[in-house]
Amino acid sequence: MNEAFDIRGESHIEVHKFRAGAIIIATLLALVIQAAFPVHFSKAAILDLPLLVTIYFGLSRRNPSTGLLLGMVIGLLQDSLSGPTVPLGLYGIAKTIIGYLASSIGARLDTEHPAARFALTAAFFVAHQGLLVLTRRILLAQPESWLNVHLFIAALVNAFVAVFLFLLLDRLRRN
Amino acid sequence: MVAIPSRHKSLVLLAGIILLQVLLLAVQIKRESKGRLIRVWTVGAASPFERAGSYGFGWVRDIWRHYFALQNTTKENEQMRHENDALKLQITQLQGKAAEADRLAALLNFRQSHAGVPMIAARVIGASAGAASQTIQLDRGERDGIRKNMGVITPDGVVGKVVESYPNASQVLLLTDKESGVGAMLADSRTQSPVGGQGEPLLVMKYVPNDDTVNLGERVITSGMDRIFPRDLPVGTVAEIKSGNPFKQIRIKPAANLERLEEVLVLLSLRPLEMKNEENTGDSQPHAPGAANPPPAARR
Repeated sequence: MNEAFDIRGESHIEVHKFRAGAIIIATLLALVIQAAFPVHFSKAAILDLPLLVTIYFGLSRRNPSTGLLLGMVIGLLQDSLSGPTVPLGLYGIAKTIIGYLASSIGARLDTEHPAARFALTAAFFVAHQGLLVLTRRILLAQPESWLNVHLFIAALVNAFVAVFLFLLLDRLRRN
Repeated sequence: MVAIPSRHKSLVLLAGIILLQVLLLAVQIKRESKGRLIRVWTVGAASPFERAGSYGFGWVRDIWRHYFALQNTTKENEQMRHENDALKLQITQLQGKAAEADRLAALLNFRQSHAGVPMIAARVIGASAGAASQTIQLDRGERDGIRKNMGVITPDGVVGKVVESYPNASQVLLLTDKESGVGAMLADSRTQSPVGGQGEPLLVMKYVPNDDTVNLGERVITSGMDRIFPRDLPVGTVAEIKSGNPFKQIRIKPAANLERLEEVLVLLSLRPLEMKNEENTGDSQPHAPGAANPPPAARR
């Protein structure tokens, strides 16, 4: 049923495996840097490294179940590190969906090309922010703007960083 | 190449995890004045079922009460009917007592406002046995100072006069009796004329010349000339006026409700004694009372 959505066809899809502990270490590093970096460089708050890690492993593993579980774990950890003002589940929900979408799309598209990664990361970033806004609006009753210039700038910055970060993370692959 | 997991399987997993996290959020979120969101959701989700359950239980309960639990209803109904009858009777008695209290209060008030006139309250205990006379019987008599020809009134107006006095009772001839009469005058024109009964509800004012002006509704009061009643007590109001020869035919509606008397005041009047020297100047009196014997012990 998904043939219409396949650009390359399922027979060409390759699932990448990573070194032992690579996902865990990369995730923890992303969380730590995300938590520590903006303290010294406030402009760095525009980055969402846990999201980039979620997208990368989702696109690489290409298993929706694995992708959404990883997204959930990363999101909940990010929630935990974000202080009492952020309820557990806010990033969790958004990154679960992003992990699922990234895995699903990664299973159908060639996501190895930097341009594809840039475009996908930008799109996932916007979607991620949209999910956050939606969750805040519906569950937290905190209306917040979504589509604005800052969002597009942040999306572009994150996509740009993602291109290089993903190259770095490619080195953790086993094959 | 690795087989891709089932799309539905992952979708279900996604839905489950999202749901769990939404619940997790709901547990933490506390909206203003509504408590935690999980509580709001739980109450919101449960209330329709609770409402339906309550409605259902109420329906079953009503069915039970109205159709199955009626075994003793007839008996209870009968019992309640008896109680209702008893209560109605009690209410009637209480209403009667309340009305009596009002009347007695009026009598007392009247007595107090006429402190200079000795009088005694008496209860009407009987009426005339036949239609030939208009009399009532009081529960007080000679032992209470009541004598023949004493005036009897209510706060509303003149009732009649005592025609017989017994040791413990007395008989009163009402104004409406054919043989009765009272010295009276028209309140506006001050025209004096005796008023007497005809055996009918209305009285008659007998000797008002055709030339005198009399108005319907005009008040008729006692003139004091009969040496029974003091001046200015209400007798009645003019209800009907007809020209006659040589006097008008004037019918008077009694001020006192002579058909429903229960308590009256008997004037233990010393008035005749006071007016003894003016005997010849009084009005004509159909049933001339003459000088009444002063009571041995006038009571107030």
